[in-house]
Amino acid sequence: MRRQLPFFFVFLFGTFMVVQNFVPHEYSERAKEFLSDWTIIIGIFALALGIWSLIHVSLDKINKRKPNWEYSFVTLVGLVAMIFFGFTANVSGSWLTYFAALMVLLISLWLLVQGILGAGAGVTKAKEKFFAGIGLAAIFTFIALYDKSWAFHFYTSEGLENPLFKHFFSDIMVPLQATMFALLAFFISSASYRAFRARNLLATLLLIAALIVMLRFTPGPWGDLISKTSTWVMNVPNLAAQRAIVIGIGLGMVATALKVILGIERGYMGKG
Amino acid sequence: MNWFERFMKLDRRWIYLFLITVCLLAYYSDFTVPTIREKETGAIYNFIDSLPAGEVIFVAIDYDPSSQAELHPMTYAIIEHAFRKNLKVVFTALSQNGPGMADQAIHDIADSMRVEQTYNGVSYPAREIANGVDYCFLGYKPYYALVITAMGQDFRTPFPADYYGTPLDSLPLMKKLHNYDDISIVVEVSSGNISDAWISYGQGKFGFPLAMGLTGVMTAQYYPFLQSGQVMGIMGGLLGAAQYEDMADNPGLAKDGMRVQLPAHLVIILFILIGNIGHFASRKNRKNVQS
Repeated sequence: MRRQLPFFFVFLFGTFMVVQNFVPHEYSERAKEFLSDWTIIIGIFALALGIWSLIHVSLDKINKRKPNWEYSFVTLVGLVAMIFFGFTANVSGSWLTYFAALMVLLISLWLLVQGILGAGAGVTKAKEKFFAGIGLAAIFTFIALYDKSWAFHFYTSEGLENPLFKHFFSDIMVPLQATMFALLAFFISSASYRAFRARNLLATLLLIAALIVMLRFTPGPWGDLISKTSTWVMNVPNLAAQRAIVIGIGLGMVATALKVILGIERGYMGKG
Repeated sequence: MNWFERFMKLDRRWIYLFLITVCLLAYYSDFTVPTIREKETGAIYNFIDSLPAGEVIFVAIDYDPSSQAELHPMTYAIIEHAFRKNLKVVFTALSQNGPGMADQAIHDIADSMRVEQTYNGVSYPAREIANGVDYCFLGYKPYYALVITAMGQDFRTPFPADYYGTPLDSLPLMKKLHNYDDISIVVEVSSGNISDAWISYGQGKFGFPLAMGLTGVMTAQYYPFLQSGQVMGIMGGLLGAAQYEDMADNPGLAKDGMRVQLPAHLVIILFILIGNIGHFASRKNRKNVQS
């Protein structure tokens, strides 16, 4: 029964969603919306599970001093700090208690999670850590309730306009991600130098096509010709190949979906 | 070991140094890259340019900071063009870091709109861009395919309130807007799979005109949808953004970025050519030694 019930639900809802797509009735649309809401709700649980997993893995790395364990600290502090900044806003201009509250929250969470994980693994002083975490959580709650220099703003403009929330995104997250991606240009230049060779006919064709597409905006007397050739490359050979790939992927997706609905593919149950 | 073989064993750090030097020199040099206008970008520009004032366009900012160098210029060029034409804009951001990118773009463009400008011989007076009147930012919700489908019924289904927490019904712009039927065009600026969802679950199901702004490496993948008419125009990479800026007579981030991208591409092409010359020279030498 433990295995049959999930298969039955997958078959039922999978078939329903396929049929629903071809029935443009109001009830059909309502049922789809209802089921779509369920998907989002289930997804939120998955998000919580993902955050817990991230905390678990990071703490394990720190406790066991695995390679690069220091970065896990940054991960955890970033996780808590961004959530805190996004849901709070300073209303007085005084930042002392705001940052004090954040520090108390960080240490409290650290001790609580250490206590919970440690208790399961039989670590000494896990209980003490847990209760110390509870104590600090109480202090944080006290600060949050009585300190009027900052306030919680759940999903409102005040929290999203918090300068720390904005600066952490604009001045840390954006440059970091942009830099990581920009490094790709250097790797590509080095890789193209060493690996992009006209070893055979197919590789030569690929090389020529790539050069034409890369050169299509190069100024000069050949610019117009190269641009037209590039458009032809994109619209004829590229189009034919891409269409074949898209159709292949589409058919593959239909086949996989049917296998899942009919219970032939059971990988999602944890066993093949 | 001959000259070519030694050259082939060049330490990669020399290549990096050469590339960064060229990029820096190009960045600090004063020149303009002429832009060839392509019809894929022209279709988007002409469509938006022909819309009467007061029409609503939908801009989906579905990219993260990693792609901002290519995609932010597109967003800026399109939105500024739309605002100058007195069009209304509805935004969403369905990638995790998209809301930050959208918020940044909206604020920057609102600032630039406070200055009078002349584009293509037409003078556009300075004006204030107001949230809820000139634009509405719906924000982020997970499961983009579901969100795109739900917006086809009503924007209020996935987004009862906008990004800043204001209920949609209290925003003047949104009072008459319910779903894609009230939108002139959807412009999807994306660096990932969300584009597929906009084609399959959005355009495929609801039939609105869909334009796409894509990273350079993604562009080739979407040509089949352009030819089938599912996508009415494509802006590919920084070049596409530069073409749009050129058409709008509003040189900005893309035209500026092209000054660096062009020499960088030429350097990469140069290295590919040197690599191939070395490869053939070495192969010829080996054949000579064997014979």
